[in-house]
Amino acid sequence: MTSAPIKLFDEPPTDERIGVYVCHCGSNIAGTVDVAEVRDWASQRLAARGVVVSRDYKFMCSSLGQELIERDIKEKGLTRVVVAACSPHLHEATFRGACKRAGLNPYLCELASIREHVSWVHTDKSAATDKAKAVVSGAVERVVKSTALEPLHVPIHPATLVVGGGIAGIQAALEIADAGFKVYLVEREPSIGGHMSQFDKTFPTLDCAACILTPRMVQAGADPDIELLTWSEVVDVKGYVGNFVVTIKKKARYVVTELCTGCGVCEQKCPKKLVDDVYEAGLGYRKAVYTPFPQAVPKYPVIDRPNCTYFQKGTCRVCEKFCPPNAIDFTQTDEYQTVEVGNIILATGYDLFDPRRVTQYGYGRLANVFTSLEFERLTNAAGPTNGSIVMRDGKTVPKTVGIIHCVGSRDRNYNNYCSAICCMQSLKFAHLVKERTGAQVYNFYIDMRTTAKAYDEFYQRVLEEGTLFVRGRVAEVTDAAREENEEGKLVIQVEDTLAGRQRRIPVDMVVLSAALEPRRDAKDVAKLFGISCSADGWYTEKHPKLDPVATMTEGIYVAGCVTGPKDIPNTVTQGAAAAARVLGKIQQREIEIEPVRATVDQTKCSGCRICNNMCPFNAIIFHEDRMVTEVIPALCQGCGTCVAACPAGAISGSGFSNEQIMSQIEGLLLLNLEKQPAREAVMA
Amino acid sequence: MNAANDPSRPRSFLEEVVAATLGKSRLEMCIQCGTCGGSCPSGMDMDHTPRGIFALIRADMREEVLASNTPWYCVSCYYCTVRCPQEVHITDVMYTLKNIAIQAGLYEDNTAADLATTFVGQVEQYGRSFEFGLATRHNLKHHPLNMPKMAAGLGLGMLSRGRMDLTPTRIQGVDQLKRILARARELEAA
Amino acid sequence: MMAKYLFYPGCSMERTARPYLDSVLAIREALGIELEDVHDWNCCGATEYPAISVMGAHALVGRNLALAAQQSNGSRTLVAGCSACYLNLAKTDHYMRQSPDLAAKVNNALGAGGLAYQAGSLTVRHFLDIFINEVGLEKIRSAVVKPLKGLRVACYYGCQVPRPDYDQRFKNHEYPTQLEAIMKACGATVIDFPMKSHCCGGHMTQISERTAYGMIRRLVAGAEQYEADIMVSLCPMCQLNLDAYQVEMNKFFKTHFHVPTVFFTQLMGIAFGKDPLALGFGREFVSAKDALGKIGLDVPESEGQVPAPKKAGRASKQEGLPMPIMPAPKTFEGEV
Repeated sequence: MTSAPIKLFDEPPTDERIGVYVCHCGSNIAGTVDVAEVRDWASQRLAARGVVVSRDYKFMCSSLGQELIERDIKEKGLTRVVVAACSPHLHEATFRGACKRAGLNPYLCELASIREHVSWVHTDKSAATDKAKAVVSGAVERVVKSTALEPLHVPIHPATLVVGGGIAGIQAALEIADAGFKVYLVEREPSIGGHMSQFDKTFPTLDCAACILTPRMVQAGADPDIELLTWSEVVDVKGYVGNFVVTIKKKARYVVTELCTGCGVCEQKCPKKLVDDVYEAGLGYRKAVYTPFPQAVPKYPVIDRPNCTYFQKGTCRVCEKFCPPNAIDFTQTDEYQTVEVGNIILATGYDLFDPRRVTQYGYGRLANVFTSLEFERLTNAAGPTNGSIVMRDGKTVPKTVGIIHCVGSRDRNYNNYCSAICCMQSLKFAHLVKERTGAQVYNFYIDMRTTAKAYDEFYQRVLEEGTLFVRGRVAEVTDAAREENEEGKLVIQVEDTLAGRQRRIPVDMVVLSAALEPRRDAKDVAKLFGISCSADGWYTEKHPKLDPVATMTEGIYVAGCVTGPKDIPNTVTQGAAAAARVLGKIQQREIEIEPVRATVDQTKCSGCRICNNMCPFNAIIFHEDRMVTEVIPALCQGCGTCVAACPAGAISGSGFSNEQIMSQIEGLLLLNLEKQPAREAVMA
Repeated sequence: MNAANDPSRPRSFLEEVVAATLGKSRLEMCIQCGTCGGSCPSGMDMDHTPRGIFALIRADMREEVLASNTPWYCVSCYYCTVRCPQEVHITDVMYTLKNIAIQAGLYEDNTAADLATTFVGQVEQYGRSFEFGLATRHNLKHHPLNMPKMAAGLGLGMLSRGRMDLTPTRIQGVDQLKRILARARELEAA
Repeated sequence: MMAKYLFYPGCSMERTARPYLDSVLAIREALGIELEDVHDWNCCGATEYPAISVMGAHALVGRNLALAAQQSNGSRTLVAGCSACYLNLAKTDHYMRQSPDLAAKVNNALGAGGLAYQAGSLTVRHFLDIFINEVGLEKIRSAVVKPLKGLRVACYYGCQVPRPDYDQRFKNHEYPTQLEAIMKACGATVIDFPMKSHCCGGHMTQISERTAYGMIRRLVAGAEQYEADIMVSLCPMCQLNLDAYQVEMNKFFKTHFHVPTVFFTQLMGIAFGKDPLALGFGREFVSAKDALGKIGLDVPESEGQVPAPKKAGRASKQEGLPMPIMPAPKTFEGEV
């Protein structure tokens, strides 16, 4: 290259003193990029652009590497730093910290990714080195335009909202309340308890679910710091971390809770019986006025208005007549309560896959095919059969039972994932059937997934008890008999893959271990809270491995099955973890928010409102009086959508201003532009 | 260049079958769950279930696969294909195995293969299938002892009900069809 | 206003399943359908041609698609009655659309015969699909003059119409309900029939009697289990197996099943008041005379077997725990 250096279009020379640090990252970068050449080029070519020192080092993120930067800031009076290394996701905080320690505003440090963007995606060394130079040059031009920023400090309201009163929500609420802080526990059913309250026994210990859950429920109900809002739903969420304003709709119970003693006479006397398809999973009945189960917390019943004879036809009112303390009040209306909280934990749980979709298993058409939740109700001592395992006629004890794993799971036709708990659940069912009926039990599985503590030992136990295992995914459950021994039975047709042949096994009863799915309204709820969920509806954690209880929205945490199927130990752990994160935030009193965010220049804003509905984080508000838009700094995540959308160019991002981006582009092109005449000369 | 891309490495039977099947068969996605083997209406009479065949294919046991009666007992009911949790296009793979098996000629029982060959011969000759000719020829060859009974019962029954012709129907464009099929054969061999 | 369709009869409808063709032609006016045969069509290859060569099979079918596409009769829909023909025509068109490579090869082969076919230029459909989605149940109901009241009908779909169903015309591969809807519209009582889309065995009768007759037996036994008077089919191969081979199956297993199986269009024809002879009654092996006589209809006798005595009635509805509501909302294909 012999021609004179090209002058960048409009860029004047700068007074800033820039230090460039090129990392080898062992051989991760140095194996493809000629680091020394990049260092030298920066030092020579970019000297005119303000670079006063250019170094390379094997591992910039190490203490020694950081010290290089700190020393140069102090000794050479650097005003800007460029670190050419890995992706900012990994070490931006590290190098910003180094700058801060040396007295330089951390937002005057720019990361240039020459690993993820260069050495990891190219094999041509010469081209990679040129690209690294270009990336560094771009970073240099950009950092010149950077301004010193200060993080925002936002106070944290000490109250917390926990949505979902299952075991995850209860655990989180108890832990936060134990630390002395207020919790609003919102639950849409009349009682807290969640799915765990439906079970009979829990694996692998065979603890009675109610016995271990109800003490927690009672504690949650009695704790002065926990405000239970059952038969309620969140309808509106405004605000940002530390300062959420949440509106909760408290549906009318038509019961005056101050007077109600929970005696249950209303439920006894109510003449309207209907199928309970929530708590009893469709296998039992309840009344129009009901508490879902005897140990309900709170103990107050609710009236199911669409099914109440009084509300639908104007007659009856029997409950009112018989209620000893006169606690029935048909005139109640839904109430709305607005609360202020600093953090939110979403623990709304799961819904069961509907096996009616798998027509070949006959659920719904064949009487003696049951879902896992239906079976739980059968085995539950407080269930519709008082714990007897009987067939659909309510009396016959089965002599053979088939339990099918993976119904609706691990299946691209329904749900592609494994539901984590079905193998253990199926083993538990096998054990219970054996114990209570002595029936012959078959389990049909693809793989046996018994991964956690004491799980495989439980499998051993069930094997010892004599349950027969067939490795094969059931093809059909049918009542069309072929042989005499199949008459009147349900025939499970399956390939016994280990024996290598198709088998038809007649059984009396079939239990389907159905998949766990996100709640039917999960996506709507996610939208309400402004968090993201995957295509199937599981909520997205901030990082699947390293941050499983946080979300990308500051101040909103998740716990339990809302992010994906998991067993009770993991659910409880997540509830506790979310509580710990919230407590940590509360203790800090205030938090720092990244200053990389958009701001509206209100002198340029014409009030067109194009940006208003674009913000994925609900961070934009419109001032009707002044007809201008404002970005709420605490909510803004700096995604840049509004910046791009604004037709007047009135929105700019601190940390990603238009000037910075334009300069960066010109820096990136510098090397190419210089090389071009040489290439043209060759072609001529 | 890594081992997977090395052209001098011999091709596995799995790769051969996958390459010979139109589109993405997803055969490599099989988790051996056995849904296909469990669903197959003729599975009880196959020497290996469909799942078993896929295990053999992956184990590179080419001869055993091609000697098996499995593809010939496939009735193209597509239960396996719609139920497979990994969306493997099983029936298409079965047709591929039939094609390869015909060329290899390793099967022990050639009844089904022969039926197909006779049928195809007639279609290429007349442009239409010829049930009477097919049944007669096929049964003479493969179920000769059954012939008199079948002829008297079913055969006569079909004729008397006007549901079978004694002579074949020919389309007008037989030559055109022959040219098309000949070209198709060339393209396949290429 | 008659709707026009290109029609591919297929080898079976011409002869072995002549009653199917006759009954379709008999009811088409009442349904407002005009059918134009594809000129000089050839065999679709059934399941035999692809066994020898998949590529050849596509070329074979390609000729039919090319010829059909050439005939402009104001319709781009190609209708077939036989399940295998329908599947083969739909399959070739589908794969040609999916794979430009295949389309090029097929057109290369067709070129040797001076033909060409642009994938996707025709829509391939089955009569069942047309009757439900184009003609509509209202029209069918309005054409009924002799409701089949009291006739218990088992609706048999076979495999290749509900599966693999490349164009997703049937929401449920396992338990479709369209045929039931048509039969109900004709006034019949449809029975629950768990074997309704289980395989009839196709050509297995020529390969292994044991396997083939076993498969046929399951279907007939299934229809009998739910006390069907008569079974209807929409595929010539299925009907042949269930009808002609029911006799052979009985001989093989020494059983006495008597479930007459006719084409669904034949029953529609009866309901529309057409002459049973013209609809092809009398040409089945297992006579439908008694079944239809039960509801006061006189159809010709065929030299079939003696009907077996009826099985005892099924147990009455049980008390006990509640059953889930069927069909489930939204995700399940229920009543049409």
